[in-house]
Amino acid sequence: MELYSLTIHEAQAKLRQGEISSVELTESVLERIDAVEAKVGAYISLQPELALRMAEMADERRAAGEDRPLLGIPLGIKDTIITHGVPTTAASKILDGFIPPFDATAIDRLRQAGAVFVGKTNCDEFAMGSSTEYSAFHPTRNPRNLNCVPGGSSGGSAAAVGAGEALGSLGSDTGGSVRLPASFCGVVGLKPTYGRVSRYGLIAFGSSLDQIGPITKDVEDAAILLNAIAGHDARDATSLNAPVPNYAEEIKQGDDLKGIKVGIPQEYFTEGMEPGVAQTVRAAIDHLAGLGAEPVEVSLPNTGYGIPAYYIVATAEASANLSRYDGVRFGLRQDGGDMWNTFRQTREAGFGPEVKRRIMLGTYALSAGYYDAYYLQAQKVRTLLRQDFERAFEQVDVMVSPVAPMVAFEINAKVDDPLQMYLTDVLTVSLNLAGVCGISVPCGFSEGMPVGLQIIGPALGESAILRTAYQYEQTTAWHKQPAVL
Amino acid sequence: MAKLNREEVERIAELAKLTLSDAEKDMFQEQLSNILEYAEMLQQVDTTGIPPTTSALPLNNVMRADALALSLPNDEALSNAPDAEDGSFKVRAVLD
Repeated sequence: MELYSLTIHEAQAKLRQGEISSVELTESVLERIDAVEAKVGAYISLQPELALRMAEMADERRAAGEDRPLLGIPLGIKDTIITHGVPTTAASKILDGFIPPFDATAIDRLRQAGAVFVGKTNCDEFAMGSSTEYSAFHPTRNPRNLNCVPGGSSGGSAAAVGAGEALGSLGSDTGGSVRLPASFCGVVGLKPTYGRVSRYGLIAFGSSLDQIGPITKDVEDAAILLNAIAGHDARDATSLNAPVPNYAEEIKQGDDLKGIKVGIPQEYFTEGMEPGVAQTVRAAIDHLAGLGAEPVEVSLPNTGYGIPAYYIVATAEASANLSRYDGVRFGLRQDGGDMWNTFRQTREAGFGPEVKRRIMLGTYALSAGYYDAYYLQAQKVRTLLRQDFERAFEQVDVMVSPVAPMVAFEINAKVDDPLQMYLTDVLTVSLNLAGVCGISVPCGFSEGMPVGLQIIGPALGESAILRTAYQYEQTTAWHKQPAVL
Repeated sequence: MAKLNREEVERIAELAKLTLSDAEKDMFQEQLSNILEYAEMLQQVDTTGIPPTTSALPLNNVMRADALALSLPNDEALSNAPDAEDGSFKVRAVLD
């Protein structure tokens, strides 16, 4: 077995026993990147020399007696997350050449934990997209089928893990951007509760929705990575000051799901869903019942309004957040002769079409005369969507659904039809609007491509969804069928 | 009939400080009209008496101690500036 194909916890055991070094593990990942990256395109930038230096340091720390779960583990980092001294672009030309003078809090915590950073992974520009085709640099291909998209926006992070180009990765999820690519690539992706992980140093898209989350080969690895990055941070005023359980231990409590009520939201099995996806997820629900879980039909009646509410709220926030890109303090500057034309020409040259589209939409929704009808109304509908979840979680412990109504689609299939692209997110956006947590775990294949089971938990319900996902995973073998490249 | 006319597309672009090409204006007029027509369904929802949600968190007025802390040194804060002089960001004249 090649070292790059290990999970984080498997590699950790070998490192601990002295069977392998972090340098050997990192070299294996770098060789795998050399072999497959030209096909997959998971990364925007690679830092192999830096990675090997970090691996040497990790080996030294271990030799000095340190033993932490991520010590010496090679990871990929989504390029929307700020890394000190390493170019960070958010897949946008407007940040080409930007070298951050500080670390995101999640990165700082991974450094302390001794993780090794291999490179910055590709994504849709400013995380705006569902296929990674809106990267200003290059598209990423799905390691399961190179003609298909990896999903988005954290498509590079999911493809890297699926292709063995990192043992795990960080993504960011504003409306499904961790769960969707995890589902499409057949790996695990977790969107934490809003406030669970600090957003300090995460390049802002929709500030009331954004969360950093782990993408990994299995559920235990997701728990390990979440443990490393979760927790209160004074530098993010929206960070929750709540204790962080030892998720990696909690998932192993018990060996069945007896007493767990699993809600099945009827609105999440929509008419337009691919039949293979619905069948696969229904079979997964039967499997959970076989483990002792009690399936309960529940209703989230406002689900149909999730997409329009999300795309109004998210683009309104984005239009404000992206006003900082004016060519003054960092990033591209395109001189226009005077101040205002410099702003206009910088933004015109630096932003790609999907980012402009969303800035336009958000600006319209916030503009005089339309604010009440669009933005305020969307925020009220957001309240109704939150209440749907609150009522459902009075009856059940977790809920399950597909992550998306389809499996990975072919490259170019939706790139010119923004509304069709937005509808890809129909089963994921409401969690972000409600602030609750969700995980995508592989549950089978439809038409040869992976299907993700979405397990949804209430606010700070990460232990419940991880435990349910772990019990499911440990009694199935979907996670043991890596992509063949 | 398209939901947005050409003048509205130009007005929004100016609010957002984007100089769109003619081709972009055509494309956005059609695409944004489609998206806004789809979003019209929000108007069907009865939200009488429903407060807006600005954040899913039960947090209000998060305070910290008013204490001195380290900040980025000047040269590092300017390290990505397209243009800088005398420790400051240099821009085109704001007032003529």
